[in-house]
Amino acid sequence: MACFWPVPGRAIGQSMPVANARATIREDYMRKFNFLKATAASIVLVGMFAGSSAYAADIVGLITKTEGNPFFVKMREGAQAEATKLGLTLKTYAGKTDGDNDSQVAAIEDLIAAGAKGFAIVPSDSSAIVPTIKKARDAGLFVIDLDTPTDPITAVDATFATDNFKAGNLIGAWAKGTLGDKAANAKIAFLDLATNQPTVDYLRDQGFMQGFGIDIKDPKKYGDEDDKRICGHEMTSGAEDGGRTAMETLLQKCPDVNVMYTINEPAAAGGYQALKAAGKDDGSVLVVSIDGGCPGVKNVAAGVIGATSQQYPLKMAALAMDTIAAFAKDGTKPPVPASGFIDTGATLITDKPVAGVDSITSAEGAKICWG
Amino acid sequence: MSDDATGSAVAERGLKGQDQTVASFEEDAPSPVRRVQGFLHDFPTAIPFIVLLVGVLIFSVAAGGKFFAPFNLSLVLQQVTIIGVLGIAQTLVILTAGIDLSVGAIMILSSIVMGRLAVVYGVPPEIAFALGLLTGLICGLINGLLVALVKLPPFIVTLGTWSIYASLVIFVSHSETVRAQDIETIAPLLQWLGNTIKFGGGAVLTFGAILMIIIAFACWYVLNRTAFGRHVYATGDDPEAARLAGINTRGTLIGVYTLAGFICSVAGWVIIGRIGAASPLAGQDANLDAITAVVIGGTSLFGGRGSIVGTLFGALIVGVFRNGLALAGVDSLWQQFTVGILIILAVTIDQWIRKISA
Repeated sequence: MACFWPVPGRAIGQSMPVANARATIREDYMRKFNFLKATAASIVLVGMFAGSSAYAADIVGLITKTEGNPFFVKMREGAQAEATKLGLTLKTYAGKTDGDNDSQVAAIEDLIAAGAKGFAIVPSDSSAIVPTIKKARDAGLFVIDLDTPTDPITAVDATFATDNFKAGNLIGAWAKGTLGDKAANAKIAFLDLATNQPTVDYLRDQGFMQGFGIDIKDPKKYGDEDDKRICGHEMTSGAEDGGRTAMETLLQKCPDVNVMYTINEPAAAGGYQALKAAGKDDGSVLVVSIDGGCPGVKNVAAGVIGATSQQYPLKMAALAMDTIAAFAKDGTKPPVPASGFIDTGATLITDKPVAGVDSITSAEGAKICWG
Repeated sequence: MSDDATGSAVAERGLKGQDQTVASFEEDAPSPVRRVQGFLHDFPTAIPFIVLLVGVLIFSVAAGGKFFAPFNLSLVLQQVTIIGVLGIAQTLVILTAGIDLSVGAIMILSSIVMGRLAVVYGVPPEIAFALGLLTGLICGLINGLLVALVKLPPFIVTLGTWSIYASLVIFVSHSETVRAQDIETIAPLLQWLGNTIKFGGGAVLTFGAILMIIIAFACWYVLNRTAFGRHVYATGDDPEAARLAGINTRGTLIGVYTLAGFICSVAGWVIIGRIGAASPLAGQDANLDAITAVVIGGTSLFGGRGSIVGTLFGALIVGVFRNGLALAGVDSLWQQFTVGILIILAVTIDQWIRKISA
């Protein structure tokens, strides 16, 4: 529709100085042309609406944090595949940036108005979204939370997520097992996400620490520990450039670092570039990460990352679609376990397995990786 | 004549013995504060330079030998390279009293175009590289045309194109990172700027950092020694006066935005050199960091005053404070806090200096 506005504007502007017949003809022509275009567009629009209503399939929604992150791209693909299989019409929404609550509120309102049966959401703001979710549930929609639990977790009908603490725990235990006796005087660099320590950030960090055998004190935040093996925490925004700068700084602080914990694989790849520049890419520094995206699993195979915990966004989204479909059919709700959420699992991927820590190889991991 | 002379002589007779000095003003020597103000007005880069020196001194004491070592200082230079190059582009635009919010997005788009064309689509690295640079140039040209010809405010134009270029990043990259190892084997040219030269004492310079200094020098030359450069300042200072003086202000604006876009695409090459990969996730904060560098570097957001050298100092100040605070064991929360204070201080000083010309 936006393409209409400049045309009449220009026609009027041009006709002002030239008040002759030709201008009038041109204006007439423009008017007719616009009318034709508008008619054509309306027909197309009506056709589109008719097309969707003719199906009368149940509408379901998927709301993610952002469009760009491969994790959410895969989630959308998983949801779309499952929705098509189940004969559901999927509407997808995303915020503009991580933390954009307003867009998600608008998306939920949109889904309520569209008469959706239910939706799955990865909340950008775990607590600010709760009142809007309540509105949706009051309107009869089935709401599933994915990846990042809401606060409180009871605000939704069900939560499917990776147990991030457990994911961190796995790589912590692996690093401890790999170092053996040397774990007692290790020097660990922490490449974290952001200063405000969002849930996923502290869960992974603290999970790693516990797995490694560090006293974590308050499990809801990092930075309060006094273990001498901790070199420091630097923020990466979960991206390569942040990872490189953070690791450069920590290497300056502790040149004897021999373990690099990273919040995700892009941060690990960036941190590795810093190790490379410092000539420490010879395996003297253990690199551990979390995510299990395809580039990350390739980096495990290439020896850049020692071990990573793989999570399963496709599975999360597919499970959510199944659950909503079941609810739409006969109102069944999935049983909620004691932990408050259904763990979609995390698997350790490494080519150097350690006794006592279950893992799969990078070749196996590559078959089920995402992004 | 003679009558007049006589007349005035008569009139002046009554003034005998009176104070005969002409109307005068108290003309004290300028106060020290006033002198500083005048000095800063004439040499706006002095402030960022002094802040940089003070910063280096403080952290040399606070963080000890770890900070004031040739390697660490050269590391800070490496760390600010991307922001420095983007800051140069941003300075050009801000000098025209504009702003370019799309610099970060142009940089990432260019790096993704280079990386993906070469690695995923098998385009020869040289051509992929050239197309990457062309991408930035076109993005900048679009900004320039919208600002100069359609006459939309630069803030709105680049707010829009930021969104558009960022969407293109997702579209072109499929949200996938082109891995460092793949670029290394298939298109090493793209990582060329990551090569380093080692100096005595442990200092290490990347080719990227050297390129930043070359770009800065080139832009300094253009701004100060060419007609185009003077037109940039004139357009930023007072576009109407510049136009009446015969300057093609539209052409100048289009030129500036296009050049800025091109420099951003070079920054895209620099970022591949630094992180090895072409990543759609990288450079999220680069946009605001570049504006921060420009502002702390003493360039006025109202146009017409500022310098490229100031911006490099601005970028270095942020780098020195972040690195120094981290080495001194300060939580990253307070690193951010300090940068905020630096921005406010820089703008306060800018406003104060401006009063002298009023």
